[in-house]
Amino acid sequence: MSVISILIVGVGGQGSLLASRILGALAESAGYDVKVSEVHGMAQRGGSVVTYVRMGDKVHSPLIEKGGADFMLAFEMLEGLRYRDMLKEGGVAVINNQRISPLPVIMGNVEYPAQQIREFLESGNTHVVDALQIAEKAGNIRTANTVLLGKLAKLSSIGREKWIDAIKKCVPEKTLDANIQAFDEGYHL
Amino acid sequence: MKELLLGNEAVARGAWEAGCRVAAAYPGTPSTEITENLAKYEDIYAEWSPNEKVALEVGIGASFAGARTIVSMKHVGLNVAADPLFTASYTGVNGGLVVAVADDPGMHSSQNEQDSRFYARSAHVPMLEPADSADCREFTKLAFELSEQYDTPVLLRMTTRVSHSRGLVELGVRQDAGLKEYKKDAAKRVMMPGMARLRHVEVEKREKLLAVSANSLAINKIEMNDTKIGVVTSGLCYQYVKEALPDASILKLGMVYPLAFDLIRDFSKKVDKLYVIEELEPFIEDAMKANGIECTGKELFTLQGEYSVHMIRCALLGDERECQSAPQLPARPPVMCPGCPHRGMFYAVKKLGLTVSGDIGCYTLGALPPTSSMDAVVCMGASIGMAHGMEKARGREFANNTVAVIGDSTFIHSGITGLIDVVYNRGASTVLILDNRTTGMTGHQNNPANGRDLYGNEAPELDLAKLCEAVGVRDVRTVDPFDLKGMERALKETLANDEPSVIIVKRPCALLDRKGAKPALRIDGDRCTGCKLCMGLGCPAIVLSGDCVAIDPTLCVGCALCARLCPSGAIRGGK
Repeated sequence: MSVISILIVGVGGQGSLLASRILGALAESAGYDVKVSEVHGMAQRGGSVVTYVRMGDKVHSPLIEKGGADFMLAFEMLEGLRYRDMLKEGGVAVINNQRISPLPVIMGNVEYPAQQIREFLESGNTHVVDALQIAEKAGNIRTANTVLLGKLAKLSSIGREKWIDAIKKCVPEKTLDANIQAFDEGYHL
Repeated sequence: MKELLLGNEAVARGAWEAGCRVAAAYPGTPSTEITENLAKYEDIYAEWSPNEKVALEVGIGASFAGARTIVSMKHVGLNVAADPLFTASYTGVNGGLVVAVADDPGMHSSQNEQDSRFYARSAHVPMLEPADSADCREFTKLAFELSEQYDTPVLLRMTTRVSHSRGLVELGVRQDAGLKEYKKDAAKRVMMPGMARLRHVEVEKREKLLAVSANSLAINKIEMNDTKIGVVTSGLCYQYVKEALPDASILKLGMVYPLAFDLIRDFSKKVDKLYVIEELEPFIEDAMKANGIECTGKELFTLQGEYSVHMIRCALLGDERECQSAPQLPARPPVMCPGCPHRGMFYAVKKLGLTVSGDIGCYTLGALPPTSSMDAVVCMGASIGMAHGMEKARGREFANNTVAVIGDSTFIHSGITGLIDVVYNRGASTVLILDNRTTGMTGHQNNPANGRDLYGNEAPELDLAKLCEAVGVRDVRTVDPFDLKGMERALKETLANDEPSVIIVKRPCALLDRKGAKPALRIDGDRCTGCKLCMGLGCPAIVLSGDCVAIDPTLCVGCALCARLCPSGAIRGGK
């Protein structure tokens, strides 16, 4: 398989590490070569965080170039917009409709770019998911990322069972059921 | 069996497989996870040392005593550990000694982007540089072999993207390296001038031997392909080159010091045009040019930041394919977390309009709006010395308006000596030690002041107040930073008095015990006058909402600092 590149963007603390780990385990169990690039340290403190996952027969660089992502998983809308040019032409974005205002917006120095975001969300291959609400309904608001993974799974060519196996490998036993339920909510959207 | 490991995890795995018995480190992004993972192996003793110098000294002792040992740090940590490193090069080792050092091109979490490869050259120790997680495991094992074979510490150079990328790693079994016999050997280990002179001879001999064997070392690998373009590279740049120039011939250097000049020269003759692609300094390029090997490097590339596949294609192939340009969007800088204890301290400091000599940690974020409180941040522990220097330059009156702000772990790392200097040289600095019960920025490592060791076991707790008193500070007090009035009073009093003072600003990190989070607060719209005083705290949970403010319930942890500040009592408990 030629290399598939998945970009995960969000705000530090939103749990991109777990999502990337699940994608890594997925690639591993599918027998692909895989590289995952994570962010630790300063950038985790509420800053903009980008994680890269690449899988295929042979992966060299762990990073994704501009215009190189087949998929983008955005945990927050502004971050989705910020990295839209990382997507390939025809690349698919799954976007959580959560809004987290960055400090310059909070301080009232700049506006949250709602109009630009609306245009982005309405363009091409973007799938907007109300992940927080779906996760809350399913019983655990902390599983919002798994809802998004479910949606991504549906859009991918890898079957549901392989995804569930990957989740089982990465998620602690006590939240496993909640995560599988959240995944299925996203999968069946 | 293969496993998907972080580069840092793979270094730990390689060390374990090599029979490593002792590990020491001071946490520093991007190196921290090496030691956190070493601690998971039962047959390795691992510790957080107070700083990198001590860690390396522990490593040298363990090596002398016969154990294979690994010491890990970030690039600037090697500055701190440089003193023992340069002389350990003379003494050599008994058990293999590997020093893992992680550079941070692009400064994801650092104050500079210095290039550690120069340490290899100036200390005359070999340096290996892995390009992915599989290399990390393999090179770490090789580093131990080389260390013992050539009687030298070996540097293992990581970079952020290698440290923090996961890749598939073939796992091996642990080799029983045993404990080497310990014998007194003063001529080799007591570095007085007479002995050191003789050891320096050995250092030079060793380096020449290594330089010869580098040419046949398997990790220096030529991949011949089309001969129009040849690239000499190492580390992560190798991966970029593979993607940017799939047809090019490549010499991937696994050992970046000493360089395999015969191999490089042979390679250079086989290609039409030779490039050197390396992030940061032209370390390989300059050495090649000094050896008469014609090549192109920094004429096309910058000294700054990280490279990319695209950058290499642009530089070598003139591929200026325009990507959709990014829209101008609000930046999202990192911020202090909701509930962060530093916020109360900074609020008081800003209110009094103080000059702040700062330090390295989460609280460095206090430099950003709206607190905008830091005047200077240079390196670990510098806050206290700098505050003292400011006083000596501008006089006591300036000191009465200046504080040094330093975290607990940073104070232990290298602030103590600064405080001794203030006392000894009759300064009057006010030093704020932020005791948040952990090493925050690097991801919550224990330290001597929180009474827990690397394994989370109880350890003797360093009493910061007693320590400060012992070095001669008479005015030492402890304040809760959320007690805004108490904080302000303590600042005013300690600044006014004519002697060194320490305020231990004590409150646990908000992320330390998430179970301690209380229900989110809310704004009583009838009471809120829209004065926006609470906005000055810079809490990400407090947002503007029309003329009033609102609290984001998904972010608020109920710390209630804003409620203490609100003059109209408009911020209330959530439920």
